[in-house]
Amino acid sequence: KVTGVGVGVGVNASHPLTLEELNVVEQVRVKVNDAESTVAVEFTPTIPHCSMATLIGLSIKVKLIRSLPERFKVDVHITPGTHASEHAVNKQLADKERVAAALENSHLLEVVNQCLSARS
Amino acid sequence: GRGWRGRGLREGHAGGGVARGPSPGSQGQPPPPVQPHYPPAPAGPSWVCRAVLGEGHQRTVRKVAWSPCGTYLASASFDATTCIWKKQPDGFECVTTLEGHENEVKSVAWAPSGNLLATCSRDKSVWVWEVDEEEEYECVSVLNSHTQDVKHVVWHPNQELLASASYDDTVKLYHEEEDDWVCCATLEGHESTVWSVAFDGSGERLASCSDDKTVRIWRRYKPGNEEGVACSGTDPTWKCVCNLSGFHTRTIYDVAWCHLTGALATACGDDAIRVFEESSPAAPQQPTFSLAAHVARAHSQDVNCVAWNPKEPGLLASCSDDGEIAFWKYQRPEVC
Repeated sequence: KVTGVGVGVGVNASHPLTLEELNVVEQVRVKVNDAESTVAVEFTPTIPHCSMATLIGLSIKVKLIRSLPERFKVDVHITPGTHASEHAVNKQLADKERVAAALENSHLLEVVNQCLSARS
Repeated sequence: GRGWRGRGLREGHAGGGVARGPSPGSQGQPPPPVQPHYPPAPAGPSWVCRAVLGEGHQRTVRKVAWSPCGTYLASASFDATTCIWKKQPDGFECVTTLEGHENEVKSVAWAPSGNLLATCSRDKSVWVWEVDEEEEYECVSVLNSHTQDVKHVVWHPNQELLASASYDDTVKLYHEEEDDWVCCATLEGHESTVWSVAFDGSGERLASCSDDKTVRIWRRYKPGNEEGVACSGTDPTWKCVCNLSGFHTRTIYDVAWCHLTGALATACGDDAIRVFEESSPAAPQQPTFSLAAHVARAHSQDVNCVAWNPKEPGLLASCSDDGEIAFWKYQRPEVC
């Protein structure tokens, strides 16, 4: 088990699905401030399970960090009022040390990469 | 003034100094009151990498700490171990590996006596280790007071008193009581993870910094104190006497309190380094600190750590997610 993120998320390992196909995210709002080099993402998880929300948030964060120039600060949090554990999930996502340590786990990284990959 | 900066290579992060001009002031902030001083390209000291200790850890090395005597270096790693390295004429040798934490070790610190070491981890615990003259290390206590990941440990400058900072938003203090280590104080007030703590030179005050973007100053009140602050039993009480808010725009990862000059430096996720000075005359109950210097783009990414040189006043080191280590020369401005 990795830092606060359940690994058993019901993804069928032999037929990986993207987040959109899994319908686990309802809405994603993105605010970019280029001058201040910040990106703030709000997402609404459809599944109340805390591990799933964390995994989604982590995947979004990883995708943005990989895609944006290094100067950008990326903040990912749950749309307020849409999840029972939003404070706990937001706090984990905001802790870059926890995120970095978690992603050193190759199994979790694999799951994140599957969440982000397009179905061929 | 902002002195020369070591232009690190990504691989070596040490290099010759390069004089650099002032950064543009950040929006909405008053310009730093310090008059910039641009030294010529240094003919003097520069920093050279003397050793790379690559064999000790399997994962990220999170923190390093020199022993008070300077002979040993402790390294804390995400691989759940802490290595102790001994300086030899031709390099460093790993003399022992401290095991026991269940997961990532976040910080390590030596007590001023040199006989005690503390480590802390995401496993929520703080460990106290004793070392004898034969370089034998023994865990003497496992402290499970925090309810979450422990980010930082630091020792009091002249007493065997230990402080820890945690993801549970508190600072805790520990000392030995009848042969056993106990938590003797919990400092509450921060609204998010406390990333670091630092004692002042006297050890009567402590500064803590947090994800809540504030620095808090705490003062120790001993039993029977004349200010009338209540204490429970023989343990001192720590009270928050100052809250520096509105200065930092993102998480503050580190705070360093210079024992020579009293200046307080912070490392922030907004890429800036700030130095605060206490306004005089000092009012102990309600000290005021003002922003004495603000380097808005000290690094091109988050600043993770700041440290004052213990012998040379005004010399500050910083490091960042950008892979560089920078050195700064700070002078207290005339009007502060």
